[in-house]
Amino acid sequence: MREVGADVVVVGSGAGGGTVAQRLIPLVEGGRRVLVLEQGPRLQAHELSGSELDMASALYADGGGFLTADGTMTLAFGQAYGGSTLVYTGTSLKAPTRIIAKWNVPGLEHADVIRRTERYIHENNVHLLSEQEINDNNRLFVEGCRAAGYEAHQFPVNVRGCRGASLCNLGCPNGAKQGTDQVQLPRAENAGVEVVTRARVEALDDRALTVRVTEVPPGGKGEPSSWEPGEYRVHAGSVVLCCGSVGTPALMLRSGMGSGLPRLGEGFTCHPAFILVAEHDREITNDVGHPKSYYMDRAEEEGYVLETCMYFPFTTAKNLTGFGPDHSAMMRAFPRLQMILVLACDRAVPGNRVALDRHGKPVVHYRFTPEVVRSLAAATRAAARIFFGAGAVRAHAPLADPPLLDASEVGALDQRIQERHFIPGKVSVSAGHLMGGCGMGRNRSDSVTDAWGRVHGIPWLRVADSSLFPDSVEINPYLTIMALADRVAEGLLEDHAS
Amino acid sequence: MATDSVLAPVRAPFRALAEGLLPETRDLDPPGWQRAEEIIEGALADRPASVRRQIRLFIRVASLLPIARYGRPLASLSLERRTRFLQGLQNAPVLMLRRGVWGLRTLVFMGYYAQEPVREAIGYRARPEGWAARGMGSAPADPPPPPDAHA
Repeated sequence: MREVGADVVVVGSGAGGGTVAQRLIPLVEGGRRVLVLEQGPRLQAHELSGSELDMASALYADGGGFLTADGTMTLAFGQAYGGSTLVYTGTSLKAPTRIIAKWNVPGLEHADVIRRTERYIHENNVHLLSEQEINDNNRLFVEGCRAAGYEAHQFPVNVRGCRGASLCNLGCPNGAKQGTDQVQLPRAENAGVEVVTRARVEALDDRALTVRVTEVPPGGKGEPSSWEPGEYRVHAGSVVLCCGSVGTPALMLRSGMGSGLPRLGEGFTCHPAFILVAEHDREITNDVGHPKSYYMDRAEEEGYVLETCMYFPFTTAKNLTGFGPDHSAMMRAFPRLQMILVLACDRAVPGNRVALDRHGKPVVHYRFTPEVVRSLAAATRAAARIFFGAGAVRAHAPLADPPLLDASEVGALDQRIQERHFIPGKVSVSAGHLMGGCGMGRNRSDSVTDAWGRVHGIPWLRVADSSLFPDSVEINPYLTIMALADRVAEGLLEDHAS
Repeated sequence: MATDSVLAPVRAPFRALAEGLLPETRDLDPPGWQRAEEIIEGALADRPASVRRQIRLFIRVASLLPIARYGRPLASLSLERRTRFLQGLQNAPVLMLRRGVWGLRTLVFMGYYAQEPVREAIGYRARPEGWAARGMGSAPADPPPPPDAHA
């Protein structure tokens, strides 16, 4: 086993890790060594082909098919240079005041989160797309909202030179999306931060990490690691964990930290989501242009958000409920399909948590609460009204049985779309936006870290990712992750300065 | 990584189930089936041996269960009846059966809709060139420089 030393080791390179890496540039400029260890590969630009299965396999944990313990929900999270920022759509929202107030973390003020968020809004070129960049799928959402009496909002997005490939969730083939792979990590590397890919951290103990560096698998995508394949023992003055809401608690549990931190892995939450599609009587532009330009926010009132979306054939087929001739007919209508993503705003509740299986792999225990099911049903009704308000001739609604709704049924949506049709294991539910597991708080009885990401009782260890969230943020979370990671890095810099 | 095939030992019942889930698969020619099965095998290659065994077991069980109701295995039923039978399993009170159907349909959809000819046939046209590929160029072809230099 090879021995390596560093002043700071950052584990993970997504929204949290990329932010910390860049903020620690003053340390490397002062002669310190900063390492970023990323489990996934670094893909070359030409490898981001937009091919659905190839990209899912290369960029997502378990190829995008990571299932919760009872197999009723798929969790999607990136595992590559840039983490999930490589595969999100770049929608950039600020944490609402009420959310940070509800989190009630001593020392965490909304104004501070927003001040730091603004920095990354500027850095990532967050802006509204122009009118001519909006495709029909998004225009119809706005029209449908207007007709149904809802207020649609335009998403600020972090793109630069977007060509409208519509492939954001498979890694932008044009490098337009300003994730950490495009912005923060290259800056950090230019300044001397070392990023090592294909480096999986197996465990950590007192200021040391056991790391396994792997080869490029046969036929695999991405560059070889800059380190030789094999096992390493990496000694660090400080460690910052940025492996996300599944990876960070799992690594800490694997390292035996659960006994001293009773809240470790607890408080896991997410935005359970499914897609609704509707058929129009004409072709629309849907699989070209930025896919997610508008949303409708009912989080505070009814616990859900609707977003425009456009997915790929297999993903779409999988996410529709059912099978057989009706399902096939909807798929054959692809060029005429409008799509809406329904996201429920979940709460962190007892029992929903990250644990380990007997092999040390993460297991996510998750059950849908009645509140979530109620929100999904309300959201489904709203989405159906939007579809028909936009002129769709029929819609596919997972919480209707049978799921196909005709436009003539618009007056009967409350009867057709019911919570009782939510049958776990039948309805396809997937979630991005994974949060919690190492929540911030006062002490180890209510949390894992303090408001600056310092792990209670372990002075050399910090957390800087979405696992810090004590509860759902109810919006697309990456800017809030970056703001919190910015705070964590600032604390680390202050420690080193003193 | 596992090397044994998941589908080879259950190829006939798998195809009978696939036709009930996705009627278009009955039109697949031998190379089409081969492509579909290669896609599925590729996706399952990294899955634990226990998961691979469970998939094989579910395929066998699901293909034989109709005997209890119809006196014949699933492959002997009409396509419509196969679909109806699988819809019944999908609504079963036992989560394991619902999960099994969900997993099987996921594999079948993957093997079918991930094929390039199928994607083209259903009209999916996303390309890295985006708007320009449709002759509808609206966004800049080359990214403008960032507002601040990489520091």
